[in-house]
Amino acid sequence: MADLSVNFCGVTFKNPLVLASGILGITASSWRNVVRNGAGGITTKSLWLNEHQGHPNPVIIANDHYMLNAVGVPDAGVKKAEEEISLFLKKRGASKPPLIANIIAGSVRDYGVIAEEIGRMKPDILEVNISCPNVESEFGTPFACVAGDAARVTKEVKKALKKVAPKLPVTVKLSPNVENIVEIAKAVVDAGADGLTVMNTVGPGMAINIESRTPILANRVGGLSGPSLKPLAVKFIYSIRQALPEIPIIGTGGVLTGEDAIEMMMAGATLVGIGTGVYYRGVEVFGLAAAEMNAWCTANKVKKLSSLIGTVK
Amino acid sequence: MNNFPLSVRIKSKVKETPLVTTFTFDYPHRAEPGQFINVWLPGVNERPMSIAFDDGKAYTISVAAVGEFTKLLGKKKVGDMLGIRGPYGQVFTWKPKQRIAMLAGGYGVAPLYFAASRALKDGCKIDFFHGARSKDHLLFAQHVPKLKNTRYLPATDDGSAGFHGYNVQAWQEELSKGVAYDLVMTCGPEVMMKVVSDRAFEYGIDAQISVERYMKCGFGVCGNCTVDDLGITTCQKGTVMPNETVRKIKEFGKYHRDAVGRKHLY
Ligand SMILES: Cc1cc2nc3c(=O)[nH]c(=O)nc-3n(C[C@H](O)[C@H](O)[C@H](O)COP(=O)(O)OP(=O)(O)OC[C@H]3O[C@@H](n4cnc5c(N)ncnc54)[C@H](O)[C@@H]3O)c2cc1C
Ligand SMILES: Cc1cc2nc3c(=O)[nH]c(=O)nc-3n(C[C@H](O)[C@H](O)[C@H](O)COP(=O)(O)O)c2cc1C
Ligand code: FES
Repeated sequence: MADLSVNFCGVTFKNPLVLASGILGITASSWRNVVRNGAGGITTKSLWLNEHQGHPNPVIIANDHYMLNAVGVPDAGVKKAEEEISLFLKKRGASKPPLIANIIAGSVRDYGVIAEEIGRMKPDILEVNISCPNVESEFGTPFACVAGDAARVTKEVKKALKKVAPKLPVTVKLSPNVENIVEIAKAVVDAGADGLTVMNTVGPGMAINIESRTPILANRVGGLSGPSLKPLAVKFIYSIRQALPEIPIIGTGGVLTGEDAIEMMMAGATLVGIGTGVYYRGVEVFGLAAAEMNAWCTANKVKKLSSLIGTVK
Repeated sequence: MNNFPLSVRIKSKVKETPLVTTFTFDYPHRAEPGQFINVWLPGVNERPMSIAFDDGKAYTISVAAVGEFTKLLGKKKVGDMLGIRGPYGQVFTWKPKQRIAMLAGGYGVAPLYFAASRALKDGCKIDFFHGARSKDHLLFAQHVPKLKNTRYLPATDDGSAGFHGYNVQAWQEELSKGVAYDLVMTCGPEVMMKVVSDRAFEYGIDAQISVERYMKCGFGVCGNCTVDDLGITTCQKGTVMPNETVRKIKEFGKYHRDAVGRKHLY
């Protein structure tokens, strides 16, 4: 058995595979079910300060090649977050699978308020979603698309955490839909981010039902995910790693197998998020991919999986 | 694995009760009893509906007009087009020659009628306990009694048809008389199904229960339909589940969640 454990900003994961935000991530029971199925840790669905309605259905469509989603980040607000997070932390068991709380807001100020609220709940890591392409109609271009905006949100979050959880590591989730992701990454790290999550969905894209001549997603457009994202994610992670070799990265985008995850780690990821992989392989994807990583390490005489991080230069 | 809506036309439309309309679509979906589809009204919304019948050539759904979507759907005419995704979910199962009690309420009668018509082909014998507020709301009351080897036992809250009271009470009377069932299937309001779950457990009878939650994707990704404490998705691991599983669902009969994940007590 190879050692699959990794350390991300001082937090230990038994394996690098974490549930990506927005997939099966609404309740403590669901997070625990994902852990039972082999995940090293979980990320919550994006959490808002107040209740936020998602889009009407259909919100997710998928085929063998890709998934399009515009769920619209529905959430019941911080009271529910508190209930579910405290339940998970209480019941997660001796192995302590880490919880990454993912937050979202419509303004720089609100990012600070929600960060403070969630920071009090003592998650292991805070992930700041500034890159959702599915709430543009409400809030305009995502903060992740402009270096200055991305930095302002990061600063506000770090400032808010000073009082309540100064040691809580903050990872900022970047958008692939930008001209120069390395520039955004640098701005965010300069503003105090402890890690980066690369990446959110691509696009948005659109699919039309030609019989009814209507876009299928009720939101008309939605973020693209699935296997074809992987080469993009690998490239972005690689470029950021080359520019910022010290910054730990959660690599996310199109990972289905253990081999995919290893590829992402070689490009520079410490943790690997799996979202759409749940569609292609079921919630069992975490256990399956972990077994595949172990088999690969054994066959290739790699004793410590973490020794592979960033080895492709 | 294509989960895009497939365009189908409405082949026929029948009004069943003041609230409920049955639609037939001209497309063999090869769905089994207990499964559901997501019905899409282009540009409006999409909602889960149980397959009410499928003979391999065409299939039907029976829709209760309760809100915006279902009222709009009710206005659709023969020849109109809509989209369908699925079928999704687990199925009701039985063994040949079993004595089966079916407890139906609301639109839950539709999938059970479908299950009954299939189980009869395997020589099963069925007692169909059908509950509703009043006679007018006994959906499929004209179809179920026509099934062979089936005792149709309606129950109404106001006594306007059959047993005066709940269908679970009518079933309890049969159990007290010593009628032995091999299997119970239930689909309908959760408070009713909770009683069925408890009673079946006490009597040691196998039960299959349809646990329905607010659904979005239908294929195990959004997580909106998961149940506490198991954390499994009801769209994939259900809706039909064995009672052993249902008894581990602590929220069953107590609460469910809405589209933003907030709990609502029953
Ligand atoms: C697996 C499954 C099978 C179903 N089968 C049938 C059927 O055969 N016939 C039938 O008439 N109805 C069926 N329903 C219920 C049907 O989906 C809702 O009545 C319908 O969505 C109501 O939509 P509306 O806009 O008309 O009303 P709303 O006013 O929007 O809602 C009325 C009620 O329906 C519930 N509901 C709304 N949207 C959903 C959703 N996406 N998932 C689950 N519940 C929802 C709400 O919680 C509310 O209590 C089924 C539900 C599920 C989950
Ligand atoms: C259905 C769905 C919902 C998502 N919701 C969120 C969300 O709420 N917050 C967020 O930061 N990312 C969200 N994402 C993005 C994913 O976390 C992930 O970054 C992206 O899908 C790429 O990874 P994948 O190909 O493994 O899915 C969502 C993705 C999908 C498919
Ligand atoms: S409806 Fe999306 S997971 Fe069940």
